[in-house]
Amino acid sequence: MTLEADDGEFIALVGPSGCGKSTLLNMIAGLETVTSGEIYIGDRLVNSVPPKDRDIAMVFQSYALYPTMSVRENITFGMESRGVPKAEQNAAVDRVAAFLQIEPLLKRKPGQLSGGQRQRVAMGRALVRDPKLFLFDEPLSNLDAKLRVDMRTEIKKLHAKVGKTTVYVTHDQVEAMTLASRIAVMYRGELQQFDRPHNVYSRPANLFVAGFMGSPSMNFLPGKTEPSGIRLESGDLLATPVPSGASENVILGLRPEHIHRADAETLARRPNSARVTAAVEVVEPTGAETIVVMRLGQQEIVGRFAPDMAPSVDETVELALDMDHACLFDPTTERLL
Amino acid sequence: MADLSIAIDDPAARTARRRYAINRTIIYGLLLLFSAVYLLPLAVVVMNSFRPLPEIAQHGLINFPRTIQFSAWIDAWSTYCINGTCEGMKRNFFNSLYMTIPATIISTFLGALNGYILSKWRFPGSEFLFTCMLLGVFIPGQIALLPWAYLLGQLGLQNSVQGLVLVHVIQGLSFTTLFCRNFYVSIPDDLIKAARIDGAGFWRIFRKIVLPISPPILIVTVIWQFTGIWNEFLFGVVLTSGREQPITAALVALAASETNVRNYDVMSAGVLIGALPPLLIY
Repeated sequence: MTLEADDGEFIALVGPSGCGKSTLLNMIAGLETVTSGEIYIGDRLVNSVPPKDRDIAMVFQSYALYPTMSVRENITFGMESRGVPKAEQNAAVDRVAAFLQIEPLLKRKPGQLSGGQRQRVAMGRALVRDPKLFLFDEPLSNLDAKLRVDMRTEIKKLHAKVGKTTVYVTHDQVEAMTLASRIAVMYRGELQQFDRPHNVYSRPANLFVAGFMGSPSMNFLPGKTEPSGIRLESGDLLATPVPSGASENVILGLRPEHIHRADAETLARRPNSARVTAAVEVVEPTGAETIVVMRLGQQEIVGRFAPDMAPSVDETVELALDMDHACLFDPTTERLL
Repeated sequence: MADLSIAIDDPAARTARRRYAINRTIIYGLLLLFSAVYLLPLAVVVMNSFRPLPEIAQHGLINFPRTIQFSAWIDAWSTYCINGTCEGMKRNFFNSLYMTIPATIISTFLGALNGYILSKWRFPGSEFLFTCMLLGVFIPGQIALLPWAYLLGQLGLQNSVQGLVLVHVIQGLSFTTLFCRNFYVSIPDDLIKAARIDGAGFWRIFRKIVLPISPPILIVTVIWQFTGIWNEFLFGVVLTSGREQPITAALVALAASETNVRNYDVMSAGVLIGALPPLLIY
């Protein structure tokens, strides 16, 4: 795989567990040896450079704070190892502590901190180095849901302020979408797509990326190409231009938010909508939106509705599928057409 | 809740309470009995060490002291004759100390270092090496006896405390490595990675991060090694003789050197002198 990050970029490595994203991060950090290929940081080939000389800082999933040291000692440990003078160390700690608002914690031990505080200290330890490259290894996955959202925003703010190149590993596609300037989706050790979040989401390179990014995930509807559109297994014909490379069988991918009720207003606003009829099976209100599972012929499809627009169970609804946002995949190569 | 159970005078509850009380009484009664059985020999020895010899002869080995004397302790410590020299067990006691303390410290330190390497700096074959070291746990010391005698002879360390230190360091390495390695496996690898990125090397990580987390396992290892080496008899009696023997060997010599009268008072005091340091370590 080839990945290149521009200066100051925020790259998210995302993929299911075991896809090799953490291994890749460890190789960038120099914690695992590279058997083949080359890694450059700036213009320097770092394959054989030890971690401490790569000018990087890393935040770990478990935070990896040294348990017997106070927060201050945790932050200064790296500088002490490198022989930075005491006065300079203190100035750096003060600067970082003020920046992250952790001054009151400096004397405490990691065991006396909450999850969010540990997270801040771990970031402080990375920041104090002022490195060329920040590496984050699933830094938020040990936090509870609410704190995770808060810290996500913090990291984004932090990156905006510091402006350093960052590589961020996560299995959470929402984190990747919200934080990254570009996302690298990995699966089984291979790079699937490397692009801006919007493109990864709306034009996924293949079925895996399409299914992995977004929750609830994209609906996949198998169908056959006809001159005027795509005939689904349910018998519905969806009128849409068929790309030239398409074979007879295709898979139509449509995100839940592109399924609407077929009322006059929607049809007027989205002229390229295809109309189908589906039976409602399950309705899951989440508050801000309502997830509705429906049956289209033999096929289950999931739609996302505004609460006031949501149908009720056993209702039969007229749907407008927004074909402008549909993706077509080749069922054998699984690639986007 | 307590109020509730008292307010309702339920016969079933009363029976249950009574049964609970009976059960407790039986359990504690048995526990007391067993602890008495275990403590009795120690009590007999302690009492005999303070009883004059004629009194022991007159009233039997197991009895309460009628008069108290301390001369048996002084005898056993500095004047009693063992193997023809009449200096008591003082010298053997210090032999044991000079053997046990360095051997405990060195074997614990090496065990910690081995454990650190075998858990956090794995290399090709490190698991195999660990398995081999583990085998040492199962090999009885008797097997190594003759090779050790030969080796110490070659090294010029025969009949010396230093020789015993070497033997006990090597013999103890399997255990100390096993203890420490299994403890260090539970330290998250991220900690070591973070320290490496922070620029710390092998020794700095060991000193600043691993050792400060280690007291729980180091205490176990030290107790294990200290009591084990102090109480060890076989190597002491085979590889050293006379004035160089550790206290365990001297105690046996003390018991065996009697020709006519058995000096139970001195023997009791000697045994207690020999047993004190491991007790203090606990």
